[in-house]
Amino acid sequence: MTDAAIAPLLDTAKPRGLAVTTEKFPVRVVLITVGVLFLVLFLLLPLAAVFVEAFRSGVGAYFAAITEPDAVAAIKLTLLVAAIAVPANLIFGLAASWAIAKFEFRGKSLLNSLIDLPFSVSPVISGLIYVLLFGLQGYFGPWLRSENIQIIFALPGIVLATIFVTFPFVARELVPLMQEQGTQDEEAALSLGASGWQTFFRVTLPNIRWALLYGVVLCNARAMGEFGAVSVVSGHIRGKTNTMPLHVEILYNEYNFAAAFAVASLLALLALVTLVIKITLEWRYADQIAASRRH
Amino acid sequence: MAGARGLALKRPSAIPGFGLALGFTLTYLSLIVLIPLAALVLKSATLGFSGFWEVVTGPRTLAALRLSFFTSLFAALVNAFFGVIIAWVLVRYRFPGRRLFDAFVDLPFALPTAVAGIALTSLYAPNGWIGSWLAPLGIKVAYTPTGITIALIFIGLPFVVRTVQPVLEEFDRELEEASATLGANRRQTVFHVILPSLLPAILTGFALALARAVGEYGSVIFIAGNMPFISEIAPLLIIIRLEEFSYPAAAAIGTAMLMISFGILLFVHLVQAWARRRFGQ
Repeated sequence: MTDAAIAPLLDTAKPRGLAVTTEKFPVRVVLITVGVLFLVLFLLLPLAAVFVEAFRSGVGAYFAAITEPDAVAAIKLTLLVAAIAVPANLIFGLAASWAIAKFEFRGKSLLNSLIDLPFSVSPVISGLIYVLLFGLQGYFGPWLRSENIQIIFALPGIVLATIFVTFPFVARELVPLMQEQGTQDEEAALSLGASGWQTFFRVTLPNIRWALLYGVVLCNARAMGEFGAVSVVSGHIRGKTNTMPLHVEILYNEYNFAAAFAVASLLALLALVTLVIKITLEWRYADQIAASRRH
Repeated sequence: MAGARGLALKRPSAIPGFGLALGFTLTYLSLIVLIPLAALVLKSATLGFSGFWEVVTGPRTLAALRLSFFTSLFAALVNAFFGVIIAWVLVRYRFPGRRLFDAFVDLPFALPTAVAGIALTSLYAPNGWIGSWLAPLGIKVAYTPTGITIALIFIGLPFVVRTVQPVLEEFDRELEEASATLGANRRQTVFHVILPSLLPAILTGFALALARAVGEYGSVIFIAGNMPFISEIAPLLIIIRLEEFSYPAAAAIGTAMLMISFGILLFVHLVQAWARRRFGQ
């Protein structure tokens, strides 16, 4: 931040509320400056660095890096993995929130906290657990080998690890919202003769669509960007089991920085698009995803 | 109503689909989460207690766990301090670009960790935008534990801001007015009225940032340098053990890390229970 950029900031550092319930002008300016500088230094500068480094060797090198066959294979694999993992967790999120929000049953709060469990597990452990099950020396390793099924160092392992790390995203958006909405709408539809599925598709789904989209967008961003968990199960086979983040790592470790940042810039763009959609949903449909914002 | 519940598993309801929804939920949860996590604990149990203890307290493992924990702790403290300032500024003041900065707070949630990792490394490397300023001063950031801490600050910031922000938004301004009416100056009001009631949120955000940082891998390994005993984090050691095919050792380190995370989460639950009693939320 230059001085020129801070100047208008000083003039408009207006408080909210009464004079007695806010800080003196210099204090406000210092706090705003500290907060903004911290955000610029720790968040915006790294983001800017990605794009600057990506174009350091010119636009031609940039497009060469993202259209090169291994990069294209990585992009395709990333899209494929997200196309399996996100719908899987979407269906799970709907089932879990239907069960938790519409019914009273024993063990509900336990179930609710078990759903959040993957968020507190390190990404590396999220990959490790599947290696322990399906790896060559894992519990099912010998059997899988005799049946000639490969899970680790292949697509199924990458998908499983991705599903694990994105497991709670949709459910945790839907559960609080559906709990808040209650069951009156569904009961009305049912008493008017709608079937269970009709009630779900015509009454429940429209009620939760924005929260659903919100959860899916966040789930997708994490699914496409996951690194640690996928890195453990992928085997890093170029052109075959490399997702985009893994491809970035390989290029970076080969000192091919411009190409690494070029592919990384695509992921950074995805992050920006995700943020825009997220903010738009929060501003326009705040009331319809409000429940989830409080958690 | 409570009596009618009795020993029944579920309260009667007119809504259909309970069996299907719960059945699918439990099956999916078991297959994806519970059984694989059980395999982790089971595998590390094959070592026996003394074997487990030997792996976890081995000098290299202990150094890695210690590094992961203390860099995470320091990063979470930095985030707790600046996160509160940022939340305060975003909620209480109006300034140009406020909504944009507010939106950018979530960047670490959205930006893939590997991208953050290489970006931070390029910034703090001796020839990078920030590193070239620090190098003449003799400060090395990239490839040292300081670099690890920087990456963990990046990862953890939104946890504090997003936990404190809603509590601050709903804070009753009349309490501040009352405090001022009773003769408190602004500093006293902030430190004796507002901050104490933000404390549970700050502690929760701090603990969430800490829990996330302890297990973080992608953003750290590029900037860490990865020297055993000096800048090798625990998640990396798990991967090294896996590549050596010592599955039980990898599982044991993983189990130890899980226990640390669950300890931190237990702390969050205790803080929230305490806050409910103390502030009646």
